[in-house]
Amino acid sequence: MAKKGQSAELDRKKLMADPIMMTTIVLLVTFLTLFILYPLAILLIDSLYGTNGFSLDTFQRIFGMWTFRRAIANTLKVGLVVGLLSTLIGLLFAYVEVYVRMRRGVGALFKLVSMLPVVSPPFVLSLSMIMLFGRSGLITRFLLGIYDNDVYGYWGIVVVQTLTFFPVCYMMLKGLLKNIDPSLEEASRDMGASRMKVFTSVTLPLLLPGLGNAFLVTFIESIADFANPMIIGGSYDTLATTIYLQITGAMDKEGAAAMAVVLLCITLAMFVFQKYYLERKTAATLTGKASRGRMLIEDRSVTIPLTVLCALMALFVIMMYICVPIGALFPTWGYKFTPLTFKWFQQVFTRYRGLQAFRDSFVLSLIAAPITALLSMIISYLVVKRKFKAKGFIEAVSILAMAVPGTVLGVGYIRGFANGLFHTGLLSGLYGTGLILVIVFVVRSLPTGTRSGISALRQIDKNIEESAYDMGANSLKVFTSVTLPLIKDSFLSGLVTAFVRSITAISAIILLVTPSYLLITVQINEFAEKGSFSIACAFATILILITYGAVLLMNLFIRFFGTSKQQKEEN
Amino acid sequence: MSELKMKQPKGVRLDHISKIYQDPKTKKDFYAVNNVDLTIEPGSFVTLLGPSGCGKTTTLRMIAGFESPDEGEIYLGGEPINALTPNKRDTAMVFQSYALFPHYNVFDNVAYGLKLRKVPKDEIKQRVERILKLVELSGMEQRMTNQLSGGQQQRVALARALVVEPGVLLFDEPLSNLDAKLRVQMRTEIRRIQQTLGITAVYVTHDQSEAMAISDNVILMKSGVIAQMGSPMEIYYRPNSEFVADFIGECNFLHGKVAGNESTGAIVDLPAGKVAVRTEQRRKVGEACEIVLRPEAVQIGDEGLLPCRVELSCFMGSYQNYHVRVGDELVKITDNCPVNKKIFSVGDEARISFDPACAHLL
Repeated sequence: MAKKGQSAELDRKKLMADPIMMTTIVLLVTFLTLFILYPLAILLIDSLYGTNGFSLDTFQRIFGMWTFRRAIANTLKVGLVVGLLSTLIGLLFAYVEVYVRMRRGVGALFKLVSMLPVVSPPFVLSLSMIMLFGRSGLITRFLLGIYDNDVYGYWGIVVVQTLTFFPVCYMMLKGLLKNIDPSLEEASRDMGASRMKVFTSVTLPLLLPGLGNAFLVTFIESIADFANPMIIGGSYDTLATTIYLQITGAMDKEGAAAMAVVLLCITLAMFVFQKYYLERKTAATLTGKASRGRMLIEDRSVTIPLTVLCALMALFVIMMYICVPIGALFPTWGYKFTPLTFKWFQQVFTRYRGLQAFRDSFVLSLIAAPITALLSMIISYLVVKRKFKAKGFIEAVSILAMAVPGTVLGVGYIRGFANGLFHTGLLSGLYGTGLILVIVFVVRSLPTGTRSGISALRQIDKNIEESAYDMGANSLKVFTSVTLPLIKDSFLSGLVTAFVRSITAISAIILLVTPSYLLITVQINEFAEKGSFSIACAFATILILITYGAVLLMNLFIRFFGTSKQQKEEN
Repeated sequence: MSELKMKQPKGVRLDHISKIYQDPKTKKDFYAVNNVDLTIEPGSFVTLLGPSGCGKTTTLRMIAGFESPDEGEIYLGGEPINALTPNKRDTAMVFQSYALFPHYNVFDNVAYGLKLRKVPKDEIKQRVERILKLVELSGMEQRMTNQLSGGQQQRVALARALVVEPGVLLFDEPLSNLDAKLRVQMRTEIRRIQQTLGITAVYVTHDQSEAMAISDNVILMKSGVIAQMGSPMEIYYRPNSEFVADFIGECNFLHGKVAGNESTGAIVDLPAGKVAVRTEQRRKVGEACEIVLRPEAVQIGDEGLLPCRVELSCFMGSYQNYHVRVGDELVKITDNCPVNKKIFSVGDEARISFDPACAHLL
């Protein structure tokens, strides 16, 4: 039988003849190994290898703690419920948007709902939940006269996480529904099926892997979430918060490392299942593009209830978000509502070193964003357009990083860099610097950037780059003169996404930040925990303004300097 | 046009080239290109022809350097180039999808390769203008590529490859995205330009009429192996296998036995009767053989060599199309200019004949 001959050797020679490509690959592999793989590996090593050699002692110890066992149960329970609820609500929204004729205003509401979680810091909803429904909540106490409503705990987390994550499901499912060929459903209807029957016998089965996909994505997000359980969890601990407390409270670094390994195993297993099984199935059932427009449902007995339901929910979500800037304007939340005042905003800067916090967060994110965007575009280019040996490694690591919860990464960095590489003191200067914060920002945003870069590049005919290469351009020139200009939009949005994600990040960063750096998210978390909601809201409002400003700026930029209309029409 | 003569064209030599791929389903390795050995003379136009999956595009991409051969060595102008990256090879490729840079206008697209070679600005302008004139796109320099028709985009792609004066020009099914009429026009154009410039060209297509119209030499491939190479006429009239005969145009096969050899050919014993075929080869008497007959080489009439019965008779405009049964075998006939001839109808008994020189023995 045929056996691979000299081609591998020749491909290697060709790679060697391309020093830029070679250097890039080596640097990338080093970066990914050092800042993603190594911190995770050291967690495993630390929790297995103690003073008396290899043993499972640490794992035995943490599984012996009932608080840890309870945290696992809590986390899975919350994840399951949040996953289910988010998927259902997301499906409802997606179905209404794709199938039902809506009034224009409702569409705008939908858009706003899908956009808000992106530009907000992660714990905004927890804040407003407490302020609206807590013990001195605007709605519970003042509207309904309930004085002892307890939002802290299981239900608080579930509601807040569902509201935070369902827009993700909505966006995912919307894309899938749009890809269902309307003629399939028309065929079913033509053969006598009722609308309900069409939904249950055609639409739903086609969508099923996609629903599973949305569920798992939310599930992973939920169990990796740190900020919301931290603020609204009360005594209801999840894995992420337990790990954080194990480090900051109990000072048990080995224990925290072992717990992080457990959390990582859960998310990784889910992620691998989702990525390599469900996603493939989704692609198999929903392949083609819809052949033509869909006849929208106009029957009022269907459209009115569905639209009203969705609009009310959307309004509720929007109200939750609006509560934060308004909350920052009341003199004392829960007691004195008039006259509106800017004193909290003033105090942010006069009493609480707000300027430094915003400067530090802003500068660090501003440094991280272009690095992330460029890095993810380079990775996407290499993964989609080139072939070389380390390609599988680069793709797998940068995508798998998506499944690493921030808390796990944070613990990994503490264990991996506080005393230098493998606790030898090598590179220990890195720990506690701004550089390591920037690196964490980059690593945390890299997977999303890479994913969108890969999908943008897959749209582009491979021959275009090949032809540049063939005309005599080297790898760098191909990338800068052809690839980058063609995915300019994707690059810009990657830039802003990375910036927004960095400036709103908390889970990993809260474990790594040192007193020399003040970060906004960490400040908000601190004030919220202390119960100073007004000041937390003031911080959060300014943060939202910054991120929203960044997004607006990007849209303007894309409109004027992005891919021209003419170019788009061609594709 | 003499100033348009390119620098010396280069020859290509594929020295026992093989490429092995893995079947994604069965995980088994197989030869996509198997022991291909051929020489392309400088300045000649050679076509790699074959059905999809025959290895023709892989062969072309190995010459360009996008794929590395697993066995053998590729020479360009006498130099081994196996280890060279595509950007270091003196080749330029015209892609099926044109692969124009959508963010550049026509001028910048064509100038791309020259800029990379650090050619002075004035010279770039001169050379681009000259080549655009050659492909009849003068005045279109500032157009964006999406403002061009398919045929014009094809010309830009061609100009972009030509302007760098490559040692060999590679074409990967460049016309398959054009409509039929434009395809014919463009292939004539490509041939004209290739001859004007005297450049070496390797052209991949699955369209046999395109291959015949354009090439000095055709290399017909099947399952990674060269089935036959030769001039279009050799391949058409002297196919070496049923596959080649069938792939290059319509063909009839009459099965029989060799009855005897004559000085100019052989006598073949068919169930329907004995016929003479011109051939250089001496065949063993009694051996099974096939006569290859092109439909336009067969005449139908009341007189002739073999009796037949008409099963289909269809007026096609420039010719009358017949399917007739000779013994057990179906023979297709295209009878040109039928206006003054007798038209046979379905069910009619008739006779067919052919010139022994137009038949080929397999």
